Amino acid sequence: MSNEALDREVAASDSGYRYAEVQQSTEFTDLRRRFRRFVFPLTALFMAWYFLYVLLSSFAVDFMSTKVFGEINVGLIFGLLQFVSTFAITVIYVRWANRHFDPAAEALRERMEGSAQ
Amino acid sequence: MSTVTSAMLPAATNVGSPGLNIAIFALFVVITLAIVIRASRNNRTAADYYAGGRAFSGRQNGIAIAGDYLSAASFLGIAGAIAVNGYDGFLYSIGFLVAWLVALLLVAELLRNTGRFTMADVLSFRLRQRPVRVAAAISTLVVSFFYLLAQMAGAGGLVALLLGVEARVGQSVVIAVVGVIMVGYVLIGGMKGTTWVQIIKATMLIIGAFVMTVWVLALYGFNLSAVLAGAVQASPKGEAILGPGLQYGASTTSKIDFISLALALVLGTAGLPHVLMRFYTVPTSKQARKSVEWAIWLIGIFYLFTLVLGYGAGALVGPATISAAPGGVNSAAPLLAYELGGTVLLGIIAAVAFATILAVVAGLTITASASYAHDIYGQVIKKGEGGADSEVRVARMTAVVIGIVAIIGGIFANGQNIAFLVALAFAIAASANLPTILYSLFWKRFNTRGALWSIYGGLISSVVLIAFSPTVSGGKVTAGKAASMITDPSIDFHWFPLANPGLVSIPLGFILGWLGTVTSKEHNEAKYAEMEVRSLTGAGAEKQVVRH
Repeated sequence: MSNEALDREVAASDSGYRYAEVQQSTEFTDLRRRFRRFVFPLTALFMAWYFLYVLLSSFAVDFMSTKVFGEINVGLIFGLLQFVSTFAITVIYVRWANRHFDPAAEALRERMEGSAQ
Repeated sequence: MSTVTSAMLPAATNVGSPGLNIAIFALFVVITLAIVIRASRNNRTAADYYAGGRAFSGRQNGIAIAGDYLSAASFLGIAGAIAVNGYDGFLYSIGFLVAWLVALLLVAELLRNTGRFTMADVLSFRLRQRPVRVAAAISTLVVSFFYLLAQMAGAGGLVALLLGVEARVGQSVVIAVVGVIMVGYVLIGGMKGTTWVQIIKATMLIIGAFVMTVWVLALYGFNLSAVLAGAVQASPKGEAILGPGLQYGASTTSKIDFISLALALVLGTAGLPHVLMRFYTVPTSKQARKSVEWAIWLIGIFYLFTLVLGYGAGALVGPATISAAPGGVNSAAPLLAYELGGTVLLGIIAAVAFATILAVVAGLTITASASYAHDIYGQVIKKGEGGADSEVRVARMTAVVIGIVAIIGGIFANGQNIAFLVALAFAIAASANLPTILYSLFWKRFNTRGALWSIYGGLISSVVLIAFSPTVSGGKVTAGKAASMITDPSIDFHWFPLANPGLVSIPLGFILGWLGTVTSKEHNEAKYAEMEVRSLTGAGAEKQVVRH
């Protein structure tokens, strides 16, 4: 059994796919563009929001210490919103990837695996 | 050994019952060891040892990632930082959490699709194998070593408080015991056993923190504002603990230092080798995505608990008592447990804290040993022809060596600032590893010189800047002691003003990667095509080990 598992590993790393051809295909460039168009802006968004929070905490101390209700101040609310935005981006990305990215990637992979045999 | 005896002792030393603490901890070790032995019966191939046969589900791996990530620094360090410094402690947890989005969106799935066992697999994929593997392995070993030291130093500090071992020799013995148990887990269980330890530990830790959080909130009528009011009342700094700036707001330098730390935290996670290696334990990139999704929820919810625990400890125990305790600020969570549930809850939380350290240390050990055995021994010394069995044998031997180094290092680092060592690991990971990971995955032109300049440049600059920073010498002097690793105020060789090097070394890593790339003509078009197609489609990705 162990030899079989090893064989599998070797087979997987030396697969005879024509990667360069696939890379040039419109299907693949389309997939890559859709992926990058989704994750790059999201990354820029959460980074900007995170550093806005960090900079406000450093240089706008009075604003962040303003009480909103009870002992809860603006800084704490913004901090909790960082949690909310992180959870939200996670949910949005996972939903997009499961619904839109995976089917396209799977279709391409199945075609490659079919043609390599 | 009961509450009566401990109540008679001077404030905050030896709270609880060491006997009970040791008993609960021993029970944890026995149970997990049994599970590790059971889980390892099927360990046969290299993929079993390094990657748990790639057979864990996304949810299991997500819980294990939370176990790997929520180290002593997260649990004890953040709760303590919030209890004493309030809001500024909360900022740590936000950086540690938001960092996971980098892993989720840019790294986890693509890495799972292109690599086999280690971070170097991905970094060297389309570059010249040997030099890049050596560089990536060195960086892995350095990051893991500092992370490991932090955990071992934390173990020593905790012992003083929780087991009542105050003598330096006794603490060293406990550090050695922790080291031996962790090597046992790794040798017997490989990645599969280690993963189960992480899963059990993460579950215990999150349940423990949940119970304490609900308890604290119940005491204040489930009103967060009332908890905060209690913390304000107990703090000598009053209202200031609710706003930013208590720890980092003193001067412009300290504010820039905070930004530097924030940068290292958010970019460090996706470059931590022991976190990256976990993505190989699942069968597909879809499961890798699911792992990160689970990890983000668990880690995020846990950090929300630490907010309540930190302010709760400030309110119920008080910053003065916490700072005066043997473990310093790190003792906030255990002291809060004692305040709430007496000896029994303290015993449970103490065991959880030890389990935390043990599990993280085991995860680091397997990562470092895999990197040496697979990247340096297997691919560079034996040029990929040594065979998987000899590689695993070398990995096991390396784990023993790392265990010995960790025990010795831990004994020396005992009493050092844990946050300093962890922040160092994060800064190195963000400076040396992340630029090359991102360039490899997303920049067509990237080549070997770019990778080498970026890894070595990021590694050397971050380590050198730390060595000449106020964290090593010349920190702020209070009561004749400098707040640095070298506490003697007469020894001061620092010239770099920031405690965390991230603000300089991370951009430097990125710039060197770009500069090295554009000054070299090397480019492997075919391998780049393979890497890009594989990373997005999952074609040719390493499969799960199938049993018949």
